Amino acid sequence: MGPVLAGFLQLLALIGALALAYVPLGNYMAKVFSADKHWRVEMWVYRGIGADPDAKMRWPAYLRGVLAFSAVGVLFLYLLQRIQGVLPGSFGFSSIEPAQAFNTAASFVTNTNWQSYYGEQAMGHIVQTAGLAVQNFVSAAVGIAVAVALVRGFARSRTGELGNFWADLVRGTIRILLPGAAIAAIVLVACGAIQNFSGIHEVGQFMGGSQQWNGGAVASQEAIKEFGTNGGGYFNANSAHPFENPTPFTNLFEIFLLLVIPFALTRTFGVMVGSVKQGYAILAAMCTIWLGFVVLMMWTEFAHHGPALQAAGGAMEGKEVRFGVGSSSIFAVSTTLTSTGAVDSFHSSFTGLGGGITMLGMMLGEIAPGGTGSGLYGMLIMAVIAVFIAGLMVGRTPEYLGKKIGSREMKLAAIYILITPALVLVFTAISMALPTPPHSMLNSGAHGFSEVLYAFTSAANNNGSAFAGLNANTDWFNTMTGSAMLLGRFLPMVFVLALAGSLAEQKPVPVTAGTLRTDKPLYAGLLVGTIVVITGLTYFPALALGPLAEGLA
Amino acid sequence: MFTATATRAPHSDVPTGHKPAEGRVGAGLFDPKQLVRSLPDAFRKLDPRVMVKSPVMFVVWIGSVLTTVFSFKDPGDWFGWAISAWLWLTVVFANLAEAVAEGRGKAQADTLRKAKTDTVARRLVGGAEEQVPGTDLRIGDLVVCEAGDIIPGDGDVVEGVASVDESAITGESAPVIRESGGDRSAVTGGTKVLSDRIVIKITTKPGETFIDRMINLVEGAARQKTPNEIALNILLASLTIVFLLAVVTLPPFADYAGTHLTMVVLVALLVCLIPTTIGALLSAIGIAGMDRLVQRNVLAMSGRAVEAAGDVSTLLLDKTGTITLGNRRAAEFVAVSGTTEAEVADAAQLSSLADETPEGRSIVVLAKEKYGLRERHQGELVGAAWIAFTAQTRMSGVDADGRSIRKGAAGSVVAWVEEQGGTVAEDAGAVVDRISEAGGTPLLVAVHDDRGARVLGVIHLKDVVKDGMRERFDELRRMGIKTVMITGDNPLTAKAIAEEAGVDDFLAEATPEDKMALIKREQAGGKLVAMTGDGTNDAPALAQADVGVAMNTGTSAAKEAGNMVDLDSNPTKLIEIVEIGKQLLITRGALTTFSIANDVAKYFAIIPALFAAVYPGLNSLNIMGLESPDSAILSAVIFNALIIIALVPLSLKGVRYRPVSADKMLRRNLTIYGIGGLIAPFIGIKIIDMLISLIPGL
Repeated sequence: MGPVLAGFLQLLALIGALALAYVPLGNYMAKVFSADKHWRVEMWVYRGIGADPDAKMRWPAYLRGVLAFSAVGVLFLYLLQRIQGVLPGSFGFSSIEPAQAFNTAASFVTNTNWQSYYGEQAMGHIVQTAGLAVQNFVSAAVGIAVAVALVRGFARSRTGELGNFWADLVRGTIRILLPGAAIAAIVLVACGAIQNFSGIHEVGQFMGGSQQWNGGAVASQEAIKEFGTNGGGYFNANSAHPFENPTPFTNLFEIFLLLVIPFALTRTFGVMVGSVKQGYAILAAMCTIWLGFVVLMMWTEFAHHGPALQAAGGAMEGKEVRFGVGSSSIFAVSTTLTSTGAVDSFHSSFTGLGGGITMLGMMLGEIAPGGTGSGLYGMLIMAVIAVFIAGLMVGRTPEYLGKKIGSREMKLAAIYILITPALVLVFTAISMALPTPPHSMLNSGAHGFSEVLYAFTSAANNNGSAFAGLNANTDWFNTMTGSAMLLGRFLPMVFVLALAGSLAEQKPVPVTAGTLRTDKPLYAGLLVGTIVVITGLTYFPALALGPLAEGLA
Repeated sequence: MFTATATRAPHSDVPTGHKPAEGRVGAGLFDPKQLVRSLPDAFRKLDPRVMVKSPVMFVVWIGSVLTTVFSFKDPGDWFGWAISAWLWLTVVFANLAEAVAEGRGKAQADTLRKAKTDTVARRLVGGAEEQVPGTDLRIGDLVVCEAGDIIPGDGDVVEGVASVDESAITGESAPVIRESGGDRSAVTGGTKVLSDRIVIKITTKPGETFIDRMINLVEGAARQKTPNEIALNILLASLTIVFLLAVVTLPPFADYAGTHLTMVVLVALLVCLIPTTIGALLSAIGIAGMDRLVQRNVLAMSGRAVEAAGDVSTLLLDKTGTITLGNRRAAEFVAVSGTTEAEVADAAQLSSLADETPEGRSIVVLAKEKYGLRERHQGELVGAAWIAFTAQTRMSGVDADGRSIRKGAAGSVVAWVEEQGGTVAEDAGAVVDRISEAGGTPLLVAVHDDRGARVLGVIHLKDVVKDGMRERFDELRRMGIKTVMITGDNPLTAKAIAEEAGVDDFLAEATPEDKMALIKREQAGGKLVAMTGDGTNDAPALAQADVGVAMNTGTSAAKEAGNMVDLDSNPTKLIEIVEIGKQLLITRGALTTFSIANDVAKYFAIIPALFAAVYPGLNSLNIMGLESPDSAILSAVIFNALIIIALVPLSLKGVRYRPVSADKMLRRNLTIYGIGGLIAPFIGIKIIDMLISLIPGL
């Protein structure tokens, strides 16, 4: 079997598994967020944090919950790293420097998981498990909560209430992420991923010399790393490391994990707004982009120029031989089209155009299918923009899911789409214009520029993957990417929740033959077009000077 | 029953301006000369205080200033001058679009101003008259107008009856009757009394009269941005900022790549990317939308109302005059036992000769058309005593040749027959019931001759649904609009007519309260409701409806309450108003889509031009095969400017509108303006580039 065929068979298996999980998981999540009863363990948590899970929150209250919870998370994680030197089980690693500690704290709380450190050489057991792994759960749950609040905004009428943040946060963690991650961890352990609290092992190499291997609770962190679209690896080599991702099966399984919640959330959305077809339309738009990118990526990576690439059967540089070109391509596209940022191969080593595809995936806003929750709300914002333009073309004030898109809604959606491009472009431009930051580049020319562009694209979109090569552990990059992550995560949430509040207050407009049908293929196609043209075009000049210049050379 | 008296020339029954074969909202013709005529206005609008109102075009304006300044610093650079010139043209073209749209209203305003010459009012003060300028009138003043006087201000007739020439406002030359009390009491300042004397109570302040508001409206002076226009402006502003960011961050990237981008090139790139096409045409589209209404003699008091018209999902239509012709018509003669249809027809005709009501005339017409009875005249029967129809007797007839014939309302005729000692045939009652149940109005025909008094038969009067109404309602249904017929008829009659006309629902025996309740019910379900009305008792419902179209013949209360006034007083026009509202939104959406889709091609023109020198690989993006970097950029800028002028006629006329479902409409518009917008600039830029490359020395 040739590698191309193998790649496509793996793709088919992945799609099949996702299709099987779609309805049950989506329905289950809808039930979780619509249920009246609290679990006993949840009540303990509410009592512990002093939250009233039945209080009805309008959007400002919901937002205050999100921001307060995340601020505490950043602070806690920062302090934990700063005192690592005195914590037990730290392999003797020292405390993390302020800039890097800020960067890492911002990174894990924003579901970005950008790592400017080498996991196995910097973080001990306590920081990894009590700090980073906890944020892997709750940052994902925050994203889902905000998405659910937006969905409620569409589903509810004549009320400003969006549900209860604490209930959504706790339920998302306890009823969805914990059980899912537990099952996934068991599967990973069964397939050979490690799970222990042992120290550093000195191991002899085949060619002589020796190597240090860390133990750790890897499988459990790996599970939530993918399932919560986090991406922060226990080891620096991330999912290319055999302890994290031992076999081609686990590789495919990890891709499945990082895609399953974002895709299934469209089902949750459909169920909650009372029309699963609306969910299918959003799903169709996501699938079109995701599948299109996968096929494009396989094409660029399999199309080999030059004798070395031909001998390897594809562009193998930076890819694990265990996974091959096909599976690595699927992983790379999936990780950059979600907010995961885990990698099983090195995007910097992809062909020029392939690297561009990973960047474009993030630039589209990570909405196909996107991060846990953030993908859905990002996509719904684009749906609002698309409906506005298309809705006018059918001769009515645009409406989506029975809610009018007036000037207030448009203002919120329009600011939302401004934020990440502004962060990416401005931060990249400042970095390129200043004398020192470019020293961090490993390469010169277009590829060097791609390293910087990739860093800020990844940070502002909360992806977390890196275009290896850039030395991001400088005060400048730690501070700037950290700020980009925080702004890129929480500013959009402000506008998403404000929009949700505004939608929930409206009375619904009944559907007539004159209503634009947003559950039809035509609309899904229009949505894809809007995303590609509006978001894609913003970055075209920058992409031309990086990956396009390199890839077309 | 027979009470209708026309107070003004009847309107054509065919909905004006709408020809189904044409299948679109008609539009004013676009005359290219208007472009030239509006040029001075376009230059006047270059004032930055005016420009700042349109954020997109203001950015272009600033860009033009910048490139001009840089061209002065480097006067030998033909490229900088060429770009500057075309950028200025882009701004001027945008202003021109707006100026042309406004210019069309100006002509109309001038005509109105002529009507509003300074009038002298004859104010009544304690029974005595005094002459004051019309501008000194206050609300509540009483003024006298006699034949030949111009009415000095808006008001209600409180005394007398007069015929009034309202052609200054409506363009309709037939005079109308205005009288105190009732629904025909409103008069408009600037119209002329033709006969008699009336006393008018002034109801508006000078400067705020109907005619003043009309002038403001058609000139666009009172134009405020509508909610949807504001929302679209926000989207455009946001896209402008996104592209501004994409351009201002480019120089550091380019410097790193080893090429320096000049200010002229950056501005050119920016202007090509921001949505200038829709930004330039947006206000022209709005003005033209209002203008299309004005051309149909409808005045919208706000642009908001026009937009709301596009969103309407329930239309309340009065039965009489809108769905049916104003009057019932005879449809058949039914004989009772012992008589023949021909006998009935003959008697019906004779008895109706003295009935001058439209219903009576229709009986004579039916007898002639269906039974071949020659129309007879009253003079032909010597010694006949004609009994004319009155509202009291509710009968008409004739006594001649020893025969008495009567026709009229069932109750009256039965009473007459019994009074004459006759009997009513048993089956007459059954026929009457059958006709009533079918929604018709039965009239009995009876005779008293040598065989005694008896009922001969029944005339079936029915409402005649206007031609083409069913198709119209089918269209509306396809557009997702529900039609509700409002009538004072009993439910039985109403149901029959509703079925015949093909409306979705009806409200029978409707009182103003019922109407109001219906509107509120529909609105509670999130629907937007449109209705027409003319009477004072319609005013609350007109105010409640999202689109309330008052008839110009109506009371001032009705006109105040509605948000549109139809100068032709043609209720059928409501349908056209809805179409115009939709067309306005469609035009905006189509040009926005077109504008955004254009960007793809412009990138393919400009990006390789900027960077192919340092990264030759990027030349493969030059899929149009443009001649040189300079000509590529210039071509994109020129295309960007010319497309505005090319689309001015479309923005004024509006995108072709067909009453089809939303899906079909979207598919069609998306194909034309989305796909078309993607492809057109590739072709346009290539052609312009070919022309530029022909210029020697470049």
